Amino acid sequence: MDKIIYMDNAATTKVSNEVLEEMFPFFQEYYCNPSAFYHFASEGKKAIDKAREQAAALIGAGSDEIYFTSGGTESDNWALKAVAKAYEKKGHHVITSKIEHHAILHTCHYLEENGYEVTYLDVDEYGMIRMEELEKAIRPDTILISVMAANNEIGTIEPIARIGKLAHEKGVLFHTDAVQAYGHIPMDVEAMNIDLLSASGHKFHGPKGVGILYVRKSVKLLPVIHGGAQEKNRRAGTYNVPGIVGFGRAAELAGQRIKKRMTKETELRDYLIKRVIDEIPYARLNGHRTDRLPGNAHFCFRFIEGESMLILLDQLGVCASSGSACASGALDPSHVLLAIGLPHELAHGSLRLTVSEDNSFEEINFVVNELKKIIERLRSMSPLYEDFLHQNQ
Amino acid sequence: MYSEKVMEHFNHPRNVGEIEHPSGVGTVGNAKCGDIMRMYLDIDDDGRIQDVKFKTFGCGAAVATSSMATELVKGRTVQEALLVTNKAVMEALDGLPPLKVHCSLLAEEAIHAALWDYAQKNNVVIEGLEKPVSDIAEKE
Repeated sequence: MDKIIYMDNAATTKVSNEVLEEMFPFFQEYYCNPSAFYHFASEGKKAIDKAREQAAALIGAGSDEIYFTSGGTESDNWALKAVAKAYEKKGHHVITSKIEHHAILHTCHYLEENGYEVTYLDVDEYGMIRMEELEKAIRPDTILISVMAANNEIGTIEPIARIGKLAHEKGVLFHTDAVQAYGHIPMDVEAMNIDLLSASGHKFHGPKGVGILYVRKSVKLLPVIHGGAQEKNRRAGTYNVPGIVGFGRAAELAGQRIKKRMTKETELRDYLIKRVIDEIPYARLNGHRTDRLPGNAHFCFRFIEGESMLILLDQLGVCASSGSACASGALDPSHVLLAIGLPHELAHGSLRLTVSEDNSFEEINFVVNELKKIIERLRSMSPLYEDFLHQNQ
Repeated sequence: MYSEKVMEHFNHPRNVGEIEHPSGVGTVGNAKCGDIMRMYLDIDDDGRIQDVKFKTFGCGAAVATSSMATELVKGRTVQEALLVTNKAVMEALDGLPPLKVHCSLLAEEAIHAALWDYAQKNNVVIEGLEKPVSDIAEKE
């Protein structure tokens, strides 16, 4: 394999040079534990303060409303479990959607096992929740609404501002899993009435193992990770200084470049979608045509199965996925594709290609040209395609 | 995750295709689980499998197990073909990941389904062959 064509940026992204440079000194030069007493620790402390401001600025938050975590999964767990506990006197009802990441869904299952009731909202054919259904689901004992900002598989952007507005009118807290959206599309916690927000560093050219939970100052926040006094006694554990510094710098860069990046990614994405839909028969674009993440293209191809497609792409050096990396290894088709109403057979033939601004039109041309051959080959050995051809003779 | 043998059969599957007037054909699996295998057999008057073809909708392991199963039954008598178990298919492929073992079961089922169809059509009894459970109707 000579060259890798990386089109799985929703799984993780490459750390940018600027981010890496910013992180380096905190491994060997300023390796201090920032919680220590001596003067040497102050560089670490200062760096964390700066990163906190950078992380907050990207979403219009106050820096004292940002808590550093180990990543999106921890942030999601924290938000749901802590709010459920802190507001248990008000009620035991939580509302979420059927297409959330497993970090949310499995945490909701945990809450259900512990006496909470969870409503899982359906989505429409594009993967968008229906506002009227959400409104109907809100009850006097509803304590939290958690709906993702953008879906990790099909890229659909949810109506976050409208959800936030409704939640605030009804006096319900609103959390959003913004792991795919933070740094990729503009977000503002004030304008969108967001009370809690999860984000992860490695999804926008920052490092792995670091994330944030934004928590509005007025929200009661209990710790979930117990131990030392870090993060105002809310999140124990020695600061991951290089990671936090990297997160901050990546957030700053994302803020500076967001328009340019979105334009470039959208151009690449639209070209990819156009070529696939125009040139490959029985292909379907999943998710919303325009209200989707700039880098996300997600297709289903009838009569073929996704893994075979991925293996053949992999042999050409093309990194792609069928859905989410977290779900691969499972045999069931994606819960997201079933939620948008796809039959099992179609849901099995899915392909997610997620581009970044580092991708090129040449790479897309290569991938589409090869994909055409791969799909033709797999269809030629598919009994479903054989039946389809016989029926149409 | 796959053995070299599996990858080799996936990349160069043997006996892909259809047989126009097969002695027996069987389709097993379903779209829900994500694997469908169809096996065609051409069996001569002596009960020997002269030709075999398959079509498979499924993962890499599904393709490789179908391919290997056709290799193992080709040239055999129907009675010998019954001895091609999922274990035999797996061993011939140097193993499968645990999550993919069901693919080898499906390959065994596909052989049985095609043999069953042959037995039904020709009023022959193949000793030890039971009606395959996961045989699905052509139009399902």
